[in-house]
Amino acid sequence: MNGDANTDAAKISLSVRDLIVSYGDKRALGPVTMEIAEKHVTALIGPSGCGKSTFLRSLNRMNDLVLGCRVEGDVRLDGQPIYGPGVDPVEVRRRVGMVFQKSNPFPKTIFDNVAYGLRIGGMRDRAEIAGRVERALERAALWNEVKERLGESAMGLSGGQQQRLCIARALAVEPEVLLMDEPASALDPIATAHIEELIHELARDYTVVIVTHNMQQAARVSDYTAFFYMGDMVEFASTDTIFTHPSQPRTEDYVTGRFG
Amino acid sequence: MKRRSRRVGDLALSLGTGLAAALVLLIVVVILGDVVYNGAPHMTLTFLTQAPRDGMTAGGIFPAIFGTVALVVLMTLAVLPAGVATAIYLSEYANPGSRVTRLVRVAVNNLAGVPSIVFGLFGLGFFVQFVGAGIDRALYGGQRVFGQPALVWAALTMAVLTLPVVIVATEEALAAVPRELRLASAALGASRLQTIVRVVLPQALPGILTGAILAISRGAGEVAPILFTGVAYFLPKLPRSLHDQFMQLGYHVYVLSTQSPDVDATRPILYATVLVLLLLTFALNATAVVVRSHMRRRFAGASS
Repeated sequence: MNGDANTDAAKISLSVRDLIVSYGDKRALGPVTMEIAEKHVTALIGPSGCGKSTFLRSLNRMNDLVLGCRVEGDVRLDGQPIYGPGVDPVEVRRRVGMVFQKSNPFPKTIFDNVAYGLRIGGMRDRAEIAGRVERALERAALWNEVKERLGESAMGLSGGQQQRLCIARALAVEPEVLLMDEPASALDPIATAHIEELIHELARDYTVVIVTHNMQQAARVSDYTAFFYMGDMVEFASTDTIFTHPSQPRTEDYVTGRFG
Repeated sequence: MKRRSRRVGDLALSLGTGLAAALVLLIVVVILGDVVYNGAPHMTLTFLTQAPRDGMTAGGIFPAIFGTVALVVLMTLAVLPAGVATAIYLSEYANPGSRVTRLVRVAVNNLAGVPSIVFGLFGLGFFVQFVGAGIDRALYGGQRVFGQPALVWAALTMAVLTLPVVIVATEEALAAVPRELRLASAALGASRLQTIVRVVLPQALPGILTGAILAISRGAGEVAPILFTGVAYFLPKLPRSLHDQFMQLGYHVYVLSTQSPDVDATRPILYATVLVLLLLTFALNATAVVVRSHMRRRFAGASS
């Protein structure tokens, strides 16, 4: 199945062609071809081990850090190949941010967590850093809760706050794309609702790709949905289509809860 | 009948193991008690601040304390960078399965198993006679400056001895830094160096310090590695440069107990010297324990 979701007239942010990812000799994913629309939310769904997280990690070259992982094919960000010769993966990751399943703030202060990406990027101007930190925390809907205690350890925040801090940390470097790997799976329903609302908001300025186990979540937050199964992308279409009349029987089985 | 014999066996075993434990306690108490009882009265300020006099039957042990501290400081300056760098290479950069990595690990483990007197001979052959004499030939026209036992060679020999301690402790500390933090850093566009410097090392610092203190306490107590490489029997002056010889507490204990012209006059000095040596190593070990427990608390706080 070719990933030709009807992406309307939306501009393409990430274009993936014949992507194959293998661990050692074992092929974990692909070949996958799909185009991800700019400033929309694309959800990746599918049962455990279907390759959706592997796919996500190949969009910011985090797979490079996995020993024995090999990536073939072509991924373009705004038309530029991110696996091309001479492309620095560090540079790719500045443009494609990532939020992980388990919140992983650094054991530093709230302020230093958000400022981390700016400082390693070489920003020195204190006022500029402070402004960017405030904006990032506002965007992540966390500013009002933490503005009085920016100098306290991030470890003292609740789980939901920590995850929003990780989102703020990723936003501070102003990436073009935000990848989220089951960002709400470790959170309670209220914190989850917060994050989902936030994802909606973020799609106004960012291209968001989110992996989720939770089909209601995919239906609520995303514009497009890709269904992965056993290392293949089975179907990719607008979220409405996937959930109301999918073209593939396996997609229908999965979204109606017959397996998975 | 059977049950009874089992009970007898249990009783005998608990009695036997208990006695063994009590024996260990007794030994420690006897050693410490003897040293403190006989040494404490003589441990005065003059004893700690003066040089030995009258063939070491009077005076203090200040040169030995100074020499020990100087030795340990120099050793730490040498062993920490080398040990930490090796551990960073092994845990952050090296391919874990590669032949080179395995070879380095085998070398580290073997280094830890070498008897300390062998390090002494190595220090004499390599540092004093090869490196030292080489420096003299190159810079001093063959005049003997570095080509003889000296503080710097003793410190370097001791650094080689304590290298495995620092490497192993640092590697453990690095391994304890959660992988999620490295990934978070990488995902924010940090290079590997930035991740190590800004995230991994600050987290691992308490563990690295623990290793450093353990190395120091080992270095403060060892005598064999410095026997041929720099320690002096008796020096009225303190070492003033890296190529001077020095006195050291452990060796001074040996000298006092075997070379004294008047055993009765030396005995209180000997006891007090041993007490100083014990206090020094205990203090260093206690510091290591405190630092480690502090580190555990920090990690516990981080995971909640």
